[in-house]
Order: sequence, then structure tokens, then C-alpha cells
Amino acid sequence: MTTAQSVAAKEEVRARVMLRPPRSAVRVRLVFAGLWAALVLLTVFSLLYGRYTLPWQAWWQVFTRPADSGMAGIVLLEVRLPRILAALLIGGALAVSGAAFQGLFRNPMASPDILGAYSGAGFGASMGILLGFNILGIQLLGFVGGLAAVMLAWSLAASLSRSGNDPTLTLILVGIIVREAGMALIRLVEYVADPHGKLAAITFWLVGGLSAINRRDLLFVSVPLLVGSALLLLLRWKLNVLSFGEEEAKALGVNPWRIRMVIILCAAVISAAIVSVAGMIMWVGLVIPHLARMMVGANHKALLPASFLVGSCFLLLVDDLARGMFTLEVPLGVLTSLIGVPFFLYLVVHTRMGRT
Amino acid sequence: MNLTVERVTAGYHARSVIFDVDLALGAGETLCLLGPNGSGKTTLFKTILGLIYPTAGRVCVDGEDIRGWPRQRLARTLGYVPQAHTPPFAFRARDVVLMARSVHTGIFSSPGRPDVVIAEQALEQLSILPLADELYTELSGGQRQLVLIARALAQQAPVLVLDEPTANLDFANQMLVLRHIRELAGSGLGILMTTHFPDFAFLCASRVALMKQGRILATNNPHEILTQALLEQTYETPLRVVDAGEGMRVVLPRFH
Repeated sequence: MTTAQSVAAKEEVRARVMLRPPRSAVRVRLVFAGLWAALVLLTVFSLLYGRYTLPWQAWWQVFTRPADSGMAGIVLLEVRLPRILAALLIGGALAVSGAAFQGLFRNPMASPDILGAYSGAGFGASMGILLGFNILGIQLLGFVGGLAAVMLAWSLAASLSRSGNDPTLTLILVGIIVREAGMALIRLVEYVADPHGKLAAITFWLVGGLSAINRRDLLFVSVPLLVGSALLLLLRWKLNVLSFGEEEAKALGVNPWRIRMVIILCAAVISAAIVSVAGMIMWVGLVIPHLARMMVGANHKALLPASFLVGSCFLLLVDDLARGMFTLEVPLGVLTSLIGVPFFLYLVVHTRMGRT
Repeated sequence: MNLTVERVTAGYHARSVIFDVDLALGAGETLCLLGPNGSGKTTLFKTILGLIYPTAGRVCVDGEDIRGWPRQRLARTLGYVPQAHTPPFAFRARDVVLMARSVHTGIFSSPGRPDVVIAEQALEQLSILPLADELYTELSGGQRQLVLIARALAQQAPVLVLDEPTANLDFANQMLVLRHIRELAGSGLGILMTTHFPDFAFLCASRVALMKQGRILATNNPHEILTQALLEQTYETPLRVVDAGEGMRVVLPRFH
């Protein structure tokens, strides 16, 4: 082959490869279309689904003339709609912060509660119940407790880290310590609580569920969840760079310290807000990012939005199960764990996750 | 573009690892750093990349001290190629190269279409564009090393810093990487690299620095430096330098 021919052949390969959109990009677009469709269908289904049923015309009236829709209006707008929106927001925000933590800590076992946000918020809320606060007081104390636990972990790790140490590893280790300390404090509060009144209330709160969600709760939780998720989504490209490790991120022109702080703060705000209105919903933040990664790949640019959508669909579906499976409502936090555990086992067996 | 290391002493936790290091690198030059394990090559690289600060002396680009430069400005000047590694997540090769474009984008923004073109051109320059859609974790060691070099090219920095670019590669891949390094230097980039094989310095270096116990023993062109006396002093092992013809020399061990 002459030089001219080989140059021409090379040009042809180049033109072919550069003109067609990458295989992966087409697939990702299809996945997103499917996820949005699933989200809309699930939302409509969840609005109609439940013990209280009415003919179609009555449902329609609720949206056209909500003022005089009576019982149907209350069920739909006051009970089901806030609960559905809360499930969508909480599932999505949990999954996004889980995906962000897994990238930040370069660890597939990381979940949003790894720095103590859950146990701190749980301790705050149970203290609120023990001290006889009203509902807003309990929620605020839970929220503050969750943030305080993460701040404690962050400042402890900062004071321990020296040059040469891996700062994210220090943070995980300190986070686990703070988390377990919070759990011990929750046990202590439970132990001193009146077993016939407050202990039951604490247990009910911590086990996690959306059955008591009303419009005010939705408002309380939506601001931190929306702001936190939006910031995480904005940082998703930098997460790609951070997942290559501290030094490479620096060499690629990224300041890891600042971005790490924003990501941790967002995840803390999200987790603390969730515990303070819906208790400890486990496993969603750990498992859903893996499911989303199977669908769209590891690139955080697609992974974070996909995690949000998958998390929303998942929690909404599980919440429908929670309210419809038996005559007595099954706690959502228990169901997510019961579904999450075998699914995680499946992932370990069938994906590259278990290998190094 | 001139990179100079001026009387630099640096280390960790107040323990110095390199002492009084002087180096200079200009455009189109390839400076090859040789030295035994633990001689301070990695510490020197970290100092040059601004990952640790010197306790004495300074690292300069065109006469300006890089201390306190923002990360992005440093990364626009120095492209770093680490040893081929396995990241925890299965990114596509294209995305790995695209990460270099963070050097030119804001904190909340992602690379756009022009950045994708630049990344693909970098892959093309190393003849690995057909690998763009492959998963980085499933590439061979040589291919991964080339992807990392492509990433550094996409930073569009005038200087490339390569940490043992031929480590863990088979013979053909070693030669492939060295050939690309020669081409890149020919295109006007300044290249600073380490290697454990003195032979490779003959193949691609315009200058060689020998490092031992944190100090530079000697710096000169390969034929002045790669002599039996200096190499034996550096590595403390008996060896001989053999003329292989065509102006090439190879280093062989001497066993008794």
C-alpha cells in the first residue's frame, strides 16, 4: 500500500468514526426515554391505585373543579398526590446522592448515610419525640442532628488528615465511627423512652414510611431535596474527574477539596431532610446507582440523572406495594431493605462489581 | 515554553526526599529521568506538578514561580500521564480522554461538542480512535497507557510529564509508546519522563538526568550520561554499555 493510500484509508476510518454518534450515546438516549415514560405511567397508576376507588368521571372532576370534588378531592389532592410527589423526590434524591458518594469515595459500597447523616438525624428526631416536641420541632431537630453528625465527621477527618494520607479514606473511617456513635445514642434514647407511648412513636418514626406525609411535610422536604439534587447534578462532570483519585483530579485542573465539600454538604442535607419526614429509608441510595450504572454506564454525566429517575420510579413502586400489599400498611423502610438486599446480592453475582 | 526546577528541596511531613534539584526542559526536548527505586523521582514529579510545594527552591514556567498557581492554570501548562491503572468504574475511553477538558471548563459545566472533537483528535493522533467506544477497564495495558497519553494531549499543555509510561507493557507496546513519545517531542512538546530502562533513554531522550538518593548525579545528552561508570554509580550493580551499531547503545548486566 502506498503512503497516499494509507493516508486515505486512515482518513476514511476517521470520517466514519467521527461522524456517527457513539453507540453508547444512542443507547443512553433510549434508556432516558424509557425511564421518563415509566415515571409518567407509574405516577398515573399510583394516583388511581388504592382502596378508595371512583368512576373515571369523578377523578376528572377533581382536576377540573377541585373546589367541589368532595371526598375524591381530599383523597387525591391531600393524601395521594403529596405522598406520590414525596416518593418521587425522596427516591430520586437518595439515589443521586448515593451515586455521587460512590463516585466521590471511589467505592461501590458507599451510600448517602455513610458519614452519619441517617443516625444523626434519627438521634435528633428521637430526642425530639422523647422531649415531647411537636411535629415541626421533631423534624427540625432531626434535620439539624443529621447535618451536625456529618459536620462532626468532616471536621474530625480534616483535623486528622495529613499530606500523604488519602483524605476520602480518612473521611469514610471517621464517618463510620460517627454513624455508629449515633446509632448507640438512638438505642439509649429508646431505652429511656416510655415503652407504652414514646418508644412506639420513636420506632414508628425510625422504621421509615410515607403514610403520614401531608402537604406541609412535602414542602418541608422538597426545598433541601431539590436544591441538593440540583447542585449534585450540576457537579456531575467533575465527579467523573474526582473518581480517578485525588492526585489525578488535581493534575487535571480540578480542585478536589472544594467540590468534595459541596457534594458532602448536599448529600447531608438530602439525607437529614429525608429522615426527618420519612424515617430511615435504607438501601435505595446504595442499590439504585448500581442499577442505573447497568443501564447507562459509569459516566456520571448520564449516571446521576438516570439514578434520579430510577430512584423515583423504584420508591414510588415500592410505596404502592407498601400501601396495597396487605390490609395493614407495610413500613416502606422495611420493604426497601427486603427488596434491596436480594437485588444487591444479584448485582454482586452477575456484574463486575464483586471483581477487582 | 521553558520548565525549570531551581535548587528544589521537597518532601513530606518536614522530611525532605529530594535535595537541591536543578533541571531544565525546553520545547521539543525529551528529558529522561533515570534512578533506582526510592531515589525521589516520584517526589520530584509531584513537586513539578504542584501537588506538593518545595521547602526550598522553586519550580518555574518561563521564569515564573508556579507556587500558588490555580489548578486549572497548572493543568493547562503541564499534562500528566500516570502509570496505566484500573479505575473503580468502567468509563469509555472517549470519556477518559474527555476528562482532560475540565482544564478548560467551569466548575458546573460539562465539556461540549468542541471538547469532544479535541478528545477525538487526541485519540486519532495516537491512532486509537477506533477504541473510543471501548470500556477503558477492558483495554490492554498498552492501550490504556495510550488513552492516558491521549488524555494529557487533550489538556493541550505544552509540557507532558510521564511517570514510567512503559511500565507493565510487553515489548511491542513499549516500543509503540516510545515511538509516540518521539513523535510528540518532534511536534514541539516538552517531555519529561521516568523509566527503569536506560536503553529507552537512548531510544527517545534528547537529555538524561541520573537521580540517586534525592539528588541529581548528572545531566547531559544520552551518550555522555549513559556510561558504565555513571550507571554503575547510580544503580550500584555491575553492568556494561555495549555499542549496538547505528549509533545505538544497550546496557547489559555483568554477572560474575
